[in-house]
Amino acid sequence: MADATTDLAAPTPGRLTTADGRPLKAALGRAQSRARRRAFLLVLPLLLFIVITFIVPIGQMLHRSIHNDGFSRNMPQLSQWFADTEPGTEPDEVAYAALAADLKGAAEAKTIGIVGTRVNYEMPGTRSLFTSTGRKARGFEPPYREAVLEADPKWGNPSLWGTMRQVSRAYSPNFFLASVDLARDNEGNIVRAPQERRVYVMLFQRTFLIAGLITVLCLLLGFPIAHLLATLPLRTSNLLMILVLLPFWTSLLVRTTSWIVLLQGQGVVNNSLVATGLISDANRIQMIYNQTGTIIAMTHILLPFMILPLYSVMRPIPPSYVRAARSLGASSWTAFRRIYLPQTLPGIGAGALLVFILGVGYYITPALVGGASGQLISNLIAFHMQDSLNWSLAAALAAVLLAAVLILYWLYDRLVGIDNLKLG
Amino acid sequence: MVASTQDDGFVVFEHVQKSYDGETLVVKDLNLTIGQGEFLTMLGPSGSGKTTCLMMLAGFETATHGDIRLDGRPINTVPPHKRGIGMVFQNYALFPHMTVGENLSFPLEVRGMSRSDRERKIKRALDMVQMGAFANRRPAQLSGGQQQRIALARALVFDPQLVLMDEPLGALDKQLREHMQFEIKHLHESLGITVVYVTHDQGEALTMSDRIAVFNDGRIQQLAPPDELYERPRNSFVASFIGENNRLPGVIEEIAEGRALVRLDTGELIDATPVNVSHKGQKTLVSIRPERVEYKPEMLPPNAHLIEAEVMEFIYMGDIFRTRLRVAGSEEFVIKSRNTLGQRMLQPGERIRIGWAPQDARALDPL
Repeated sequence: MADATTDLAAPTPGRLTTADGRPLKAALGRAQSRARRRAFLLVLPLLLFIVITFIVPIGQMLHRSIHNDGFSRNMPQLSQWFADTEPGTEPDEVAYAALAADLKGAAEAKTIGIVGTRVNYEMPGTRSLFTSTGRKARGFEPPYREAVLEADPKWGNPSLWGTMRQVSRAYSPNFFLASVDLARDNEGNIVRAPQERRVYVMLFQRTFLIAGLITVLCLLLGFPIAHLLATLPLRTSNLLMILVLLPFWTSLLVRTTSWIVLLQGQGVVNNSLVATGLISDANRIQMIYNQTGTIIAMTHILLPFMILPLYSVMRPIPPSYVRAARSLGASSWTAFRRIYLPQTLPGIGAGALLVFILGVGYYITPALVGGASGQLISNLIAFHMQDSLNWSLAAALAAVLLAAVLILYWLYDRLVGIDNLKLG
Repeated sequence: MVASTQDDGFVVFEHVQKSYDGETLVVKDLNLTIGQGEFLTMLGPSGSGKTTCLMMLAGFETATHGDIRLDGRPINTVPPHKRGIGMVFQNYALFPHMTVGENLSFPLEVRGMSRSDRERKIKRALDMVQMGAFANRRPAQLSGGQQQRIALARALVFDPQLVLMDEPLGALDKQLREHMQFEIKHLHESLGITVVYVTHDQGEALTMSDRIAVFNDGRIQQLAPPDELYERPRNSFVASFIGENNRLPGVIEEIAEGRALVRLDTGELIDATPVNVSHKGQKTLVSIRPERVEYKPEMLPPNAHLIEAEVMEFIYMGDIFRTRLRVAGSEEFVIKSRNTLGQRMLQPGERIRIGWAPQDARALDPL
């Protein structure tokens, strides 16, 4: 063993030190700390940006999906009574007194509408009960039970009390249950939602089915194009690439509306078909404002997301692989299937994942061309955000969607391996 | 040496022409007969058409005109996978998603061979290139030289009669390249296969080949065994492409009985062997190998013509000395002398007289 190296090494084996005896690890850490600090400062703005605009809002949204204090905050006394009694307890005079006091308080604070809306989410048609009784609450005298029931006999409905008990806690799984067409009955058991309110599971299924179909269509259409782009000389392929990217530079709205122009009943496609006599004027094909329209327009819009990763994987595959396979005795189909295709898998995986995830969350296109049968879950989330203002349900639906996508991502990682993903 | 007769015509190119754009010919009227068991090298600068010829033989390019026959059978319309030709590619083209064993198994699988037969053949092929322990590795885990061996084994595993190699050693470093040259040569001899080898490295071509076809401008300039090619180049292109040579321009002064006297542009007279010059007064380019130039009078044949030279530069290269001279107005005249006991080291500025045996100086066509 050379002496020079043993001099520098630590006296105790296993722990190296520098020449002046400091531990090597500490010395290395100090030597690199300045560079590390500078690197961190460089990424700090981006980190802050992501935290403020991405992580915090998503966290808030997820929180909102299980938390809604519209009832508990504005009806403190009744909420307290629910907390003190067992589920299924008949409302007694104490409960009615608390109800009367809370209704009065909420009416004065002008928050009675919020309370009514919260109960209305679980039990449609109850919002007006709260607002109308709230207006009379100022004149309630004991005994409160009679007074309240006199104001509106609907207060005697046991399922209303069951519902109020459920919403009296700010944290509840009800929105998640609702987002998968489940509900809780008066006893708190989980049951299926009434027939007429079961829409979400069907919409989730439709969303995933359509997104899957669009992914397959994009792959079938995009693979040959990407292959062509990858094998043509760079000059020609760059020109074609511009055509592929051209839709990116056009407004999404313009592209979607041009599909409307093309596909509608009196549109270009139908007119041409009628003019050539392929279909009669009475049998114009309905290609838009339904699922077909959603699928056609979204396939077109998402196609570049499939082509680009495929292209980036195919470009560096030298033609000599397929040639080698051919010279070794493989027919062109075998060479494609066994040699070329496996090497494009990272691109297929990346493209499919990208298109599928974008497709699952797509909103504008189905909203414009989807009609009734082409609506996706995102359209319902938007509806709950903008029209019904049930943000908690919207958040729960979005969270279910997010979870489904994450599960898919995890599955992909297990099956293909995330390091096999090549986005460009 | 394997008996290589070029008469039986295992591979025959007959009036083959190739054009990519319909305007220029990349291969112009190629006629070439390769014998069974022969090691033939296509040598030439890039763009000379040698790789195109190989690709036409492999079936990846179609001949624009002419016939290519393999073992008597025209193969112009036979797709590449039915030709049964083994091929080693420039960058090996080992399938990156398969292990070494799977790479070798591929040509056997597509031939529908049984599993036990496959394993036997794979083992034999890997042992042949001393890579038996690497069957489960991926190509990316191998060094360049190891990948080269696997590519070789894969091209041989299905027992092809003809193996094509497209600059297979181009990516290796010098030492490994020289080592692999001998290994390929030995495999060729022990297996008795026919090899068509494409390279632009003349050293490689000289070392390995039975015959070399020198390509330039879409034509074969000379087709000959290595020694003939080096010592008796048929034209100026071959002379300058193969090995180092000195060129002296001049005019034929006398020509008779296989000897010529050439008057250089600066007035001196030198001896030469006429190759493609025929009459007095013709312009010529005399080509002399640096190691055939002599400056010690006792080593020269009697009555050889000598010319004046001035030493410009002396380089000690270990086994040889390389001396650059000013001869007949040119400062690029090089001579090489072996570092033998008592060999004199010439000093820059020294004036000497040089000469050569007439058969070593070849009077060729001017370029």
